[in-house]
Amino acid sequence: MTHYSVANIRADFPILAETIRNKPLVYLDNAASCQKPQAVIDSLVHTYSHEYANIHRGVHTLSVKATDRFEAAREKVRGFINAASHKEIIFVRGATEAINLVAQSYGRSQLQAGDEIVISAMEHHANIVPWQMLCQQIGTVLKVAPINQAGELLLDDYLALLSDKTKLVAITHMSNALGSINPVETIIAAAHAQNIPVLLDGAQAIPHMSVDVQALDCDFYVFSGHKLYGPSGTGVLYGKQALLEAMPPYQGGGDMIRQVTFAKTEYAGLPHKFEAGTPAIAEIIALGAAIDYLNAIGMANIAAHEADLLDYATEQASAIQGLNIIGQANHKGGILSFTLDRIHPHDIGTMLDSLGIAIRAGHHCAMPVMDFYGVPATARASFGLYNTREEVDVLMQGIRSLIEVFG
Amino acid sequence: MFEDLRDLYQEVIFDHNRNPRNFRVMDDANRQVEGFNPLCGDRLTLFLKIDDGTITDASFQGSGCAISTASVSLMTEIIKGKSESEADALFTQFHEMATGKDHEVQLEALGKLAVLAGVREYPARVKCATLAWHTLDAALKNQQQSISTE
Repeated sequence: MTHYSVANIRADFPILAETIRNKPLVYLDNAASCQKPQAVIDSLVHTYSHEYANIHRGVHTLSVKATDRFEAAREKVRGFINAASHKEIIFVRGATEAINLVAQSYGRSQLQAGDEIVISAMEHHANIVPWQMLCQQIGTVLKVAPINQAGELLLDDYLALLSDKTKLVAITHMSNALGSINPVETIIAAAHAQNIPVLLDGAQAIPHMSVDVQALDCDFYVFSGHKLYGPSGTGVLYGKQALLEAMPPYQGGGDMIRQVTFAKTEYAGLPHKFEAGTPAIAEIIALGAAIDYLNAIGMANIAAHEADLLDYATEQASAIQGLNIIGQANHKGGILSFTLDRIHPHDIGTMLDSLGIAIRAGHHCAMPVMDFYGVPATARASFGLYNTREEVDVLMQGIRSLIEVFG
Repeated sequence: MFEDLRDLYQEVIFDHNRNPRNFRVMDDANRQVEGFNPLCGDRLTLFLKIDDGTITDASFQGSGCAISTASVSLMTEIIKGKSESEADALFTQFHEMATGKDHEVQLEALGKLAVLAGVREYPARVKCATLAWHTLDAALKNQQQSISTE
């Protein structure tokens, strides 16, 4: 990592200079949401100070400028995930809305009663509940591919679930509760061999690795901007053009039409067909700034830095008696989920908070994963591009101390 | 190392967390209600035996954080021998204390329960302390279904 200077990167994130309860902030809750670099904050301020107006509307200068910036952000997203066309990039509020869009638009138009949708046992609620809602609405059936104790997808069981009834596979690229990275190439190839489209939930994967939707050949890829160091309220649905063309609009309103009369409405083409109403204009432009920032550092460099942190944290955590790591997949991203014997994760969360350390304690919107491991909740430290080995040391010292206090 | 947390995690709380009192199933209970905090997954079952308007026995089962375990453990100790209306008044006082509406007089009236007053400063943890008491409230109203803090 010749060019990777974590000190320089930290200086780009103003919030990292904050103190929490009089201690320097150690921010290890990146899987929930990432902090924002100055470039993203500046972009928001710049848009609202100099270039803001509604987009795709007026002929006035500001509207044209804002539209240009907005569409430039779409092009940045296209390049970032290597989509074939900007028409395949739909802006939404987040990964959750993207999955709901596919469930309601693709699901209701292309699936019918008795058709099966395959998900995995490690999904976030956002990739469970929209499918359950669809099943209730049209009578499709949800099938769940199991995982092993390490938190890895059982590939043979997944393959066995695929049949001529299967009409969609929706699976996470990387688990938010366990850190497991799924063998998505194999998953997609097996599904495509039976003409089954695949949606990947990339909410966790996208900030940690370089994603190429054409190389993956996935049919849909969804992610949230706020987990990619961009503003909240932004998200992306990537879909192959042919699939998106065949889908009806998700919401009706302004900006998604070509012509409206009371007799009939003609819809706009892609991507606008799926973007009814005024979007998060400044936020999406700032998401483009986040992508510029990440590209300048390099996703491969970020991945290498985080892999080093995870290895170090895993090694340190394994040496603590009474600490159990939940999720020990061979292929894992920067997430360390754990429990401590006889100490509830919420007590861990509060005690670490008093030391300035922000982790997540809870079910991580993945209650079925908690049930699988027989725990009500876990504590989760998740790493981002600005975290350091020293912060891992502070975390581990905090854990050792709280074990002592609880006795 | 955890000086700032002394008001929240007092020794009494560690003690009740390590050795919860009245932690058992009660076979002859005439009230039984489940309490659930979906935010953190805390679950408890409260058992009461009420004879002629007096709580003659109280016990619980379940799992939760130190605050919720200590809270329900302390509660089962303190409500034994109390009348239903006395227990109901305690519920109100405890709730006011935990949500920061108390004043010193009430803190004294709560006796041992005052060790839980520290949750006021930790909004994220208030429900951990009040789960037991909401469950008691439901049991006193003779509600059969489980209750949730959400």
